[in-house]
Amino acid sequence: MAIVRYTKEHEWIRVEDGVGVVGITEYAQEQLGDIVYVELPEVGAEMTQGAEAAVVESVKAASEINAPVAGEVTEVNQNLADNPGTVNTDAMGEGWFFKMKIADPGEVDRLMDGAAYQEYVESLS
Amino acid sequence: MNDIQGQDLERTPLYALHRERGARMAPVAGYEMPVQYQGIIAEHLHTRENAALFDVSHMGQVILRGEDVAAALETLVPGDFQELPVGKTRYTVLTNDRGGIIDDLMVTNGGDHLFVVLNAACKDKDLAHFEAHIGGRCKIEVLSDRALLALQGPAAVNVLARLAPPCRHMLFMTGESLSVADVPCFVIRSGYTGEDGFEISVPAEEAEHLARLLLDEPEVRPAGLGARESLRLEAGLCLYGNDIDETTTPVEAALSWAIGKRRRAEGGFPGAAVIARQLAEGVERKRVGLRAEGKIPARAHAPITEPDGAEGGPVIGEVTSGGYGPTVGGPVAMGYVKAERARSDTPVSLMVRGKALAARVAKLPFVEHRYFKR
Repeated sequence: MAIVRYTKEHEWIRVEDGVGVVGITEYAQEQLGDIVYVELPEVGAEMTQGAEAAVVESVKAASEINAPVAGEVTEVNQNLADNPGTVNTDAMGEGWFFKMKIADPGEVDRLMDGAAYQEYVESLS
Repeated sequence: MNDIQGQDLERTPLYALHRERGARMAPVAGYEMPVQYQGIIAEHLHTRENAALFDVSHMGQVILRGEDVAAALETLVPGDFQELPVGKTRYTVLTNDRGGIIDDLMVTNGGDHLFVVLNAACKDKDLAHFEAHIGGRCKIEVLSDRALLALQGPAAVNVLARLAPPCRHMLFMTGESLSVADVPCFVIRSGYTGEDGFEISVPAEEAEHLARLLLDEPEVRPAGLGARESLRLEAGLCLYGNDIDETTTPVEAALSWAIGKRRRAEGGFPGAAVIARQLAEGVERKRVGLRAEGKIPARAHAPITEPDGAEGGPVIGEVTSGGYGPTVGGPVAMGYVKAERARSDTPVSLMVRGKALAARVAKLPFVEHRYFKR
């Protein structure tokens, strides 16, 4: 069964068979507003935890998206090149950014689970 | 993502209405202002196609009154105001001794006074400037008890004419006192979107009532300052603090049209000598439009370089405003480049995150103005 974990910077990572799928949360897409461009990492890039992995350009501003855990990028969501708005309409699903081979599963365990993230988001408003 | 708690922010008379309409609020020039409702792109496109209502009550509204008020104002700005007919509005800039811009402002001849609209972030500075330099020659009344609503878009005139029929006969850049749904307002046919539209100065206690009446009209949706920003950028209009400031002159900023003919000859405003020399001999840098290929927006402070190489060539300027233009359907920007590179279609590079984006100098505006002129 896939587990989903969250960062304080509003990235999510869904882990399936040792592969992590990374995106930004519903809260993040709502805060960013209309997304017009997503700059994705290179396949094969080695990420350390918290390293800048992608850039999201909304109408307003550019925002960095960080790697929630360390690992190697194995695939990027090519669909976002033509349809960056998918991040707005389906942040937790079709709007994923990239997949990665997770270096240390312990890093995933130490991220927030759904309930903890929900509580964190509520504390922000 | 900014937390707006913990800051001492002012609110406009429409604050409750914004919250009720689901606006996302953010601090703008010391005010808690609506940035967006449905989304910037939807609000932007709706403004171009229909009509949108913006709350711009954070801006400064001032009345200058006095026997020789126009002559007094002329000591601070390069515009012609002694010749400005009653009921006409004119864009101008406050200049400093180096010809730099202290603020840009709209001035309407109200007959026995001048009605002035100032940028929110500059209004305290501007008022001190007025007080220090022309306070002895005219009375400065700050209209802190008035809100300012901007109704913008091609349908704005039909909407407003239902509540204030005479507005139909107003031309772009004219202003008059009008009763809008029985509320006494001062209405100017202008705006900051490139579209036809009106700015309505309304008593604070009537602002919410009037805003609700306007929003009840089928063509009108509320729009936030996010859409206002993308609209003005496509319209090629300057944002004070980004595109113009105390280090840029009106000549460099491609605002020479705002320097009056008589004023060019006579001078008599701060920085007149610098500006006269620039008009005669040219300038080293000019504000231009910039269109990049591809989809990546170049934002303020992105360096502009000669177009050679992936890392860009020698730096020839800097982007001062940039983002995504929803009507253009791609990135748009403006900035300053060396004068010899300011011609339209000149190839340049915009540096974004260390990469050179191929771009060209472009004519402004990016989206044609649709003002109501004779």
